[in-house]
Parts: sequence; structure tokens; C-alpha cells
Amino acid sequence: MSNKLTQEQVSQLEGHAQAIRSNIVAMVTEAQSGHPGGSLSAADILTTLYFAEMNVDPQNPGLAQRDRFVLSKGHAAPVLYATLAEKGFFPKKELLTLRKINSRLQGHPSMKSLPGIDMSTGSLGQGLSVASGMALAARLDGSDHRVYTILGDGELEEGMVWESAMFAAHYKLDNLTAFVDFNGLQIDGPVSQVMSPLPIPEKWRAFSWHVIEIDGHDINAIYDAIQTAKTVKGKPTMIVATTVKGKGVHQMENKAEWHGTAPSREQCELFVAQLNGVEKQ
Amino acid sequence: MGLATREAYGEILKELGKKHQNIVVLDADLSKSTKTAVFGKAFPDRFFNVGIAEQNLMGVGAGLATAGKIPFVSTFAMFAAGRAFEQVRNSICYPKLNVKIAATHAGLTVGEDGASHQSIEDISLMRSIPNMTVIVPADAEETRQAVAFAAEYQGPVYIRLGRMSVPDLFTADYKYEHGKAVELVDGTDVTIMATGIMVAPAKAAAETLMSAGIRARVLNFHTIKPIDKEAIIKAATDTGAIVTCEEHSIIGGLGSAVAEVLVENMPVPMERVGVMDTFGESGTPATLLVKYHLTADDIVNAVRKVISRKK
Repeated sequence: MSNKLTQEQVSQLEGHAQAIRSNIVAMVTEAQSGHPGGSLSAADILTTLYFAEMNVDPQNPGLAQRDRFVLSKGHAAPVLYATLAEKGFFPKKELLTLRKINSRLQGHPSMKSLPGIDMSTGSLGQGLSVASGMALAARLDGSDHRVYTILGDGELEEGMVWESAMFAAHYKLDNLTAFVDFNGLQIDGPVSQVMSPLPIPEKWRAFSWHVIEIDGHDINAIYDAIQTAKTVKGKPTMIVATTVKGKGVHQMENKAEWHGTAPSREQCELFVAQLNGVEKQ
Repeated sequence: MGLATREAYGEILKELGKKHQNIVVLDADLSKSTKTAVFGKAFPDRFFNVGIAEQNLMGVGAGLATAGKIPFVSTFAMFAAGRAFEQVRNSICYPKLNVKIAATHAGLTVGEDGASHQSIEDISLMRSIPNMTVIVPADAEETRQAVAFAAEYQGPVYIRLGRMSVPDLFTADYKYEHGKAVELVDGTDVTIMATGIMVAPAKAAAETLMSAGIRARVLNFHTIKPIDKEAIIKAATDTGAIVTCEEHSIIGGLGSAVAEVLVENMPVPMERVGVMDTFGESGTPATLLVKYHLTADDIVNAVRKVISRKK
């Protein structure tokens, strides 16, 4: 793709994001457990990465030269699964096996279970370290593939995040692009009240990262930030994406209680209709 | 005295670095102590200091392994197995990534640094994680071969190394066989099973016992996981009494691993020589081993006790 998305491309991406959101709601409902809020907030970022940027091949998920993605906020597994299924890594109907016995779709991503998962995650704070190791390996191999990761804003409360923040900057891993899904909420409430990680952009600048601040639901802005990150030399890039937890489902938006609660079947019907633009009251 | 196992680790790592271009070494600001600096000097492009950040040490190792590198990550056992336990579990063992954790300064014989740095729980912690392999070499030669084995093996490995010099038990014609206990002395009255720095005192104890007419078999358990069940059952069958010896808590280490096999297969009287569920303290390694009952004499006493319990 060129350096700017066409309106047609944006429309296509928005279509993918909508399908991914509907599947997130449907799969979490079917599982009657999981994390819808933080999955919906990250849907536009994953859509843009997987459908407009990353070099990945569903037919050859182990390709050495592929771009890598680490879902550091592993509890948002539904958005990763829905994105991989949308991309064709596995059949969409398998999404409904989420969190069930013998499923490849574990509650948190397991790289040994499912094609397309580059790292097993779920315990917060670890993904950025692993992504840094991947970026270091790419440099050692002289490969120009890139590594992407997405962290939660609450996740920034984990001390280990700052160990890896130092590491990636110290070793000038400019092939690493990270996102913070800055939806402002964690399980127990607003991040600013539970244990404030604010101000987020200033912290990453102080750790010598290149920082870009965007609206995490603006596909053009996400795409542009990714392109800019590719031009930055000598520094990893942190894209601080302001998002809405539960984005796309009005009843879920900006509500911490939808962090880890599944909708009822009735709610699911309503929410999916809403996402598909067929509003039901 | 021979080399400390950490010294042998540094040497062999450098040798392996020539052979395996995929070996990458990470350390957390202890490279002069863990001896990874030897590798770092020879291969500066494949050596990375992560600073005092052991959790990140494990995470970066995991990331390198996903791309086919063979990361050897080193720090003190306290920090590798203790501080970074959950990173080892979730980012290395759960996805079965090919990371080699070579942890030095294990046990009481760290010495003067005291209890905060004396890891006596690491075997227990590491062997409880699925997919993990646990190796505790007894001397320099066994360390060289165990580390070479780890480089070839696919999957996570924890190698427990010590700070102090230990006697050479093996020569270059020794052949490390992963998962197989090594019989150092044959005997029929009792079996002494030892690991790491306790193998040498176990041999000495057997000599003392021999002069008293007690024929003790001595087995070196360099591999704690997978444990050599066959050798344990055979020893129980042949000798009817067992003493385990380790520079580690009696909870969860070699003694526990052996007891688990015995109770399910061939229960016989057993005694454990190890750290008796207590923290250590500052002191020279020699004085610590005496105070915490980890000497050849303590093994002899445990053998006499276990033999008195035989029916």
C-alpha cells in the first residue's frame, strides 16, 4: 500500500473491523466468559495492522520473514482470534469454541495451540519484553520484518513494562512498534483512580521512545502512525492510542464492568444488531 | 580443587559460541560473576546485558527463541528462579521456548552475601513447571557436557551452577547421559543419592562407611528432571535404604523427587540431607556447610540412621 489509504481502503477496513467486533461479542457470549471491553477498544488497531500493514500469510503462518504481533494485553484474546479468523488463519465458526474444553482458542492466546499466534500471553507486563527479543533477533538476522505489540493502559502498572521500555530504547530497536490501548479503564475502575499510569506519552518520551498520540479508532490515523514509525531511526515507537472501552456497543462503552463480563444472549442479539447498523431498541 | 561450575560454564559457552551461530547470551549485570563475560568478550555482537532487570531478561530470551535463536540467559539462581519465576513459567515453559537458563551462585555456598542471595528453593520451583528440564552438574567436566547438551536439546533448560571451586570428579572421557543417574561407587547396604556440590562429600562418606564395613552405593543425579526412576527403584530394590544429599531445601528438591518415586513404587527407609527448612546466613562456604549439616560426616550420620531403620 502507498503512504495514504484511499477512502475505499478505509471503507474495507471499517467493514473488517465491524465483522471483528460482531464476532467478539458473539464469541464472548457463547463462552459466557472473557473480556469484551478491551477487545472492542483494540479492534481498529488490529484491523489496520493485519489488513493494511503486516506481512503475514494465513497459508504459511510460520514464515521466517513475516511481521510479528504480540498481544501483550493477552486478555483481549477475542479481538486477536476474531482478527485471525477474519484474515483466514482458521474457520470463523471455530470462534464459538472460545474458552471451551479441547478448544484451540484458549482464554488467553497460546502459540502452541493456534496458527497465527506469535507468542503466548495473558500474564500482563511480559509481551513487550518478548517483542523486544523478537526485534533483536530480526536485527541479528539482518531481516527487515517488523514487530508489533499492544499493551493495555492498566498494564503499564506492571514494573516489568519499564524494564523492557529501557531495554528497547537502550538497544535502539527501531523495528519495534508498540501501542498503548489507552481506554482509561481497568477492572477496578478508571486507571487514574486505581493506580495512575498518567501521563502516558511523557513517560515513554522520558524512556527515550518516539511517541505518537492518536485517536485509536481513526483508521487513517492508525495507519499513518504505523508508517511514521517505520521511518523513525534509532528508537522504538510507542503509539499512544486513545480508545473507548467497549467501542461500538453503546451499552458497553466506557464502562469498567464490561472489562471481563459476558453479555447475555438477549444482549448479544441487541449488540450485534447495533454493530451491524440494524439498531434494535 | 577444580574449577567452580560457573567457571566451566563460561569456558564452554565460548566454545559453543564458535559452533552454534544461533547462540545468543544475555546477562543481568552479573556477567563477571556468572562468567558470561567470557562469551561476551569473544562474541560481543551476540552478547546483551539487560541491566538489573531479571524479568525482562527472561522475556527477551523468550522473544529471541521464537525466532530460532538459542538464548543462554544468566543471573544468580535467586533471581532467575525466584524473582523471574512467573516469566520463566508463562513466557518460556508454557510455550516451550528454547531458552537455556544457566543460574549461578546457587545454594548456601554463595557464602558471605548471606540468606538474601542463597537460593535454596530453585530446584523445587523449576522442577514444578511443566516442560522444564533441571540439571545440576557436580563438577567442571559435567558442567561442560551438560551445557553442550542443553545447546542441542530443544526446549527450556534450567542449569544450576555454583560459585565456589569444587573437586574434579570426572575426566574428559566422561559421557553425560541426560536423565541417567551416574553410579560412582557400587554398594549393597544403602544408596547415597547426591546432586551438585554434594556429590563429592557423598563419595567421601562412602569411603568412610566402607572402612566401617558399610557398603554404600553412590549415585550422582545430575538430572533432577526428568528424574531417573529406574535407578531409584533399582537402588531401593538392591540396597533397601536411601539417603539423598543436596545443597537445597529438603522441601521440593532431589529428596522430594526421589521420595515421590519411592512411595509410588518401592517404599524403603529414606533420610534427606539438605537445608532443614531454614534460611542461611553469612559465612564462608566451608563454615556454612558445617553449620547447616551438609558435610560428609552428616551424610555418614544419615546413613547410619537409615540403616538402623531397615527391617
